[in-house]
Amino acid sequence: MSTSTVTEPVPDTEVDEAVVGKINYRAPIVNALAALITLLVFGMGPTADAETTFQVSSGSTMFSIPNISLPSLITILVLGFVQLGAAAYALVLVRARRTVPVWLHIIVGLAFVISFLVYAGAGRSSVIPVTTLLAGALALSVPLIFGAMSGVVCERSGVINIAIEGQLLIGAFAAAAIASRFASSYAGLVAAPIAGAMVGALLAWFAVRFQVNQIIVGVVLNTLVIGLTGFLFSTVMSDDAALWNARQPLSTIKIPLLSEIPIIGPVLFQQTILVYLMYVIVIVLQFMLFRSRWGLRTRAVGEYPKAADTVGIKVNTRRVWNVIMAGAIAGLGGAFFSIGSGLAFGREMSAGQGYIALAAMILGKWNPKLAVVAALLFGFSRNLGNVLSSIGSAVPSELLLMLPYIITILAVAGFVGKVRGPAAAGTPYTKS
Amino acid sequence: MKLELQGITKVFGSLVANDHIDLVVEPGEIHALLGENGAGKSTLMNVLYGLYDPSEGQILLDDVPQRFNGPGDAVAAGIGMVHQHFMLVPVFTVAESVALGYEPAGPAGVLEMAKARQHVLEISERFGFEIDPDAKIEDLPVGVQQRVEIIKALSRDAKVLILDEPTAVLTPQETDELINIMGELKESGTSIVFITHKLREVRAIADRITVIRRGKVVGEASPTSTETELASLMVGRSVSLAVDKEPAEPGDVAFELDKLTVLGSTGTPVVDKVKLKVAAGEIVCLAGVQGNGQSELAEAILGLADTDGGAIRLDGEDLAGKSVRERLEAGIGFVPEDRSTDGAIADFSIAENLVLDLYNTEEFSRGVSLSPSKVAANANVRTEEFDVRFTDIHDKISTLSGGNAQKVVLAREMSRPLRLFVASQPTRGLDVGSIEFVHKRIVAERDKGTPVIIVSTELDEVVSLADRIAVMYRGKIVGIVDVAKAGPMGVNRDVLGLMMAGVSLADAEAQIAKDASATTPKSDEEVPS
Repeated sequence: MSTSTVTEPVPDTEVDEAVVGKINYRAPIVNALAALITLLVFGMGPTADAETTFQVSSGSTMFSIPNISLPSLITILVLGFVQLGAAAYALVLVRARRTVPVWLHIIVGLAFVISFLVYAGAGRSSVIPVTTLLAGALALSVPLIFGAMSGVVCERSGVINIAIEGQLLIGAFAAAAIASRFASSYAGLVAAPIAGAMVGALLAWFAVRFQVNQIIVGVVLNTLVIGLTGFLFSTVMSDDAALWNARQPLSTIKIPLLSEIPIIGPVLFQQTILVYLMYVIVIVLQFMLFRSRWGLRTRAVGEYPKAADTVGIKVNTRRVWNVIMAGAIAGLGGAFFSIGSGLAFGREMSAGQGYIALAAMILGKWNPKLAVVAALLFGFSRNLGNVLSSIGSAVPSELLLMLPYIITILAVAGFVGKVRGPAAAGTPYTKS
Repeated sequence: MKLELQGITKVFGSLVANDHIDLVVEPGEIHALLGENGAGKSTLMNVLYGLYDPSEGQILLDDVPQRFNGPGDAVAAGIGMVHQHFMLVPVFTVAESVALGYEPAGPAGVLEMAKARQHVLEISERFGFEIDPDAKIEDLPVGVQQRVEIIKALSRDAKVLILDEPTAVLTPQETDELINIMGELKESGTSIVFITHKLREVRAIADRITVIRRGKVVGEASPTSTETELASLMVGRSVSLAVDKEPAEPGDVAFELDKLTVLGSTGTPVVDKVKLKVAAGEIVCLAGVQGNGQSELAEAILGLADTDGGAIRLDGEDLAGKSVRERLEAGIGFVPEDRSTDGAIADFSIAENLVLDLYNTEEFSRGVSLSPSKVAANANVRTEEFDVRFTDIHDKISTLSGGNAQKVVLAREMSRPLRLFVASQPTRGLDVGSIEFVHKRIVAERDKGTPVIIVSTELDEVVSLADRIAVMYRGKIVGIVDVAKAGPMGVNRDVLGLMMAGVSLADAEAQIAKDASATTPKSDEEVPS
């Protein structure tokens, strides 16, 4: 019966090297690249006796701190070697198949940014205003943070929100118009989230009720808002600008004591109520998403809606309310463009920030805390360009305008691991 | 709790999935619902669980009529369900998964995770599950995930527990453990509805058996009925459960895997230096619990998965690094695991699906244009040869039943002269008639002298079809069982079961021999070879 000539493979008894995954050299390569740019590009700039001066204090703080002058070349070299050391450490870690800790990336990032500042300000009479740099960065980040929080709420429950851009814009419009009409900036603060929520409701209606492709609905809504606000701007608002589009800036509220802390005080605690609301939203969202019944159900609906359905969670109802709430958050953020910055409404004044907010959300791995960091990174790099061109740096301003995008690419390539969004984002849920 | 279904009917469009089904489950009873795939078992249970609205009929619990608007209502009434595809969010922890929907929470809906954890531990201790409430679902083996599902149902005080094909993803040993758990649940007064198409398990555990065919109850059977009796009741005619085949006459080694390695997305090997030789004219079955690298191995042979080391030799020629087309041209026939997404293009016609790999050959095309008449002629011949039942060869393949669609895939893959035939789960979800046909064709291909590799998680299929059985565990082949060398009683399933859990062939045989001498073997059990 058995005429088999087949030699049976014996179980592998040879001792040979364990098969393991390929080593991912991304972290050390990116770190080394930053070090090389620091040493070879920034290091070539300043002359041996050049100094860079940083202005740390601003007039209003209780403590006065003198300007800090650093010897440019030595500082750059020291920071460059710090980055090189970090790259070497990262190399050792990945070769030992251990993960590279986040703080190492933060050190490299900080060292790179500081050495760039030292390079840009080397040998100039003008000082680098640290407080202005950071305060401006926060200001530019505010709509991004609101937008990213809106994206997190929406996508965590399984609906892709491309309409953040439109929600920001309509928020800016509604805030400006209503604040102007009632001559109260706080009226605008109420109108903005309502307007955003209405766009969110449209998104929910099409995406959840009619199951239209969520990305297409989002893009269409953005176009709709641009058209609608543009039309009203050139008709109603222009006809009676005094009634409908007068500037109604939100007033700055200084938090006692906290606002007196050097650097941090003027940056974080001399802001409008809108920015304080943002702090609250971020903290509450971070807590609620991971520690509350609402958060658990929202995440379940975004990851595996059918599993949520089988335990009696109403998937589509949950999605609709979350999408509307996300719209309200983005709408509130839009108010920052108009009343939050003390400006009247201008055509398309959100200028694509909604899409950058979406990028910040992805960079932040759909996590509120990390998305804030990502949004701050975008805001900082944009403001860095502004500040450097205003102090007359040698770096061409066109190059500085590219900064946010270069930083995005570096961040995506080097600092973010594999990103995995909510599994069911973009997929409508139907009972089969 | 006593559960009664009266005249349940569920209609989808023109399809009557459930036709006036009556069923009574007494308190503390294990009631098996036996039927082929597509007989309407799952539909019935989804009606019972509130996922579907019945078109007609009613559900009674302790003689009180119920009306379920959703699973929430069913759960509140004391019905728990363990779905075939687990309803667990992969990124959640065990405690979060169990709590979902019924979260212990304080003011403002803040979760009380300590309570949730405690709850998991209590139930888990009661049944000796040993489950870490903080483990992530995606890191747990399927057997453990299933226990999480059971804990989930019990944590909501389920009095009636529905288990939908619970053994499909388990090793035989895990199945035994599940059967023990079901026994304990029964002791504690829980009624169990156990849905399956596996005859062996039904006889082992059920108190009563209801058989469903084409949406109708066709009868009740006693657990003492033989497997053949149950099978003919289930299918509606007498069936032979064994595959009718002559002993293999293997020739020289025609196909060889040498230290084949495939890395998964996380960089760990899913196929780990596998060595396997397959002779011309023999069927080697790759057995194992789902997810132990068999699917990836099959895909690597055709080139659908990238290999990360090792050689794939077909008649001495190394195929590693070659494109899929080159491998097809080298004479590999391949039936993928998921027929509906990978085996055929759902929106293409039957005729088009039959030439997916040949459309560019001279036979069917001239220059850039396809010759529809030749494609149609080919379809007529192939469907005749493979007994495909259809209305029109230009109908979409998605209009065919699973069995007929699979025959189309087989017809396409076997229509070329083959030097190697690889099929993954060739009979998954098919009716008994189609299974017989598919097995017959596979044996015929072997008898033509083609080396054949079959990946299957169904132990019954493996045992009846294979000439040799290679058991895979965590990407490695733990051992190879030669069916020809097994005694007259056939291959010992318990040995295979232990191997599927990673025990080597020698150890598994030793352990089974020891167990057998310790307890007197029952007359209807196989004797270790």
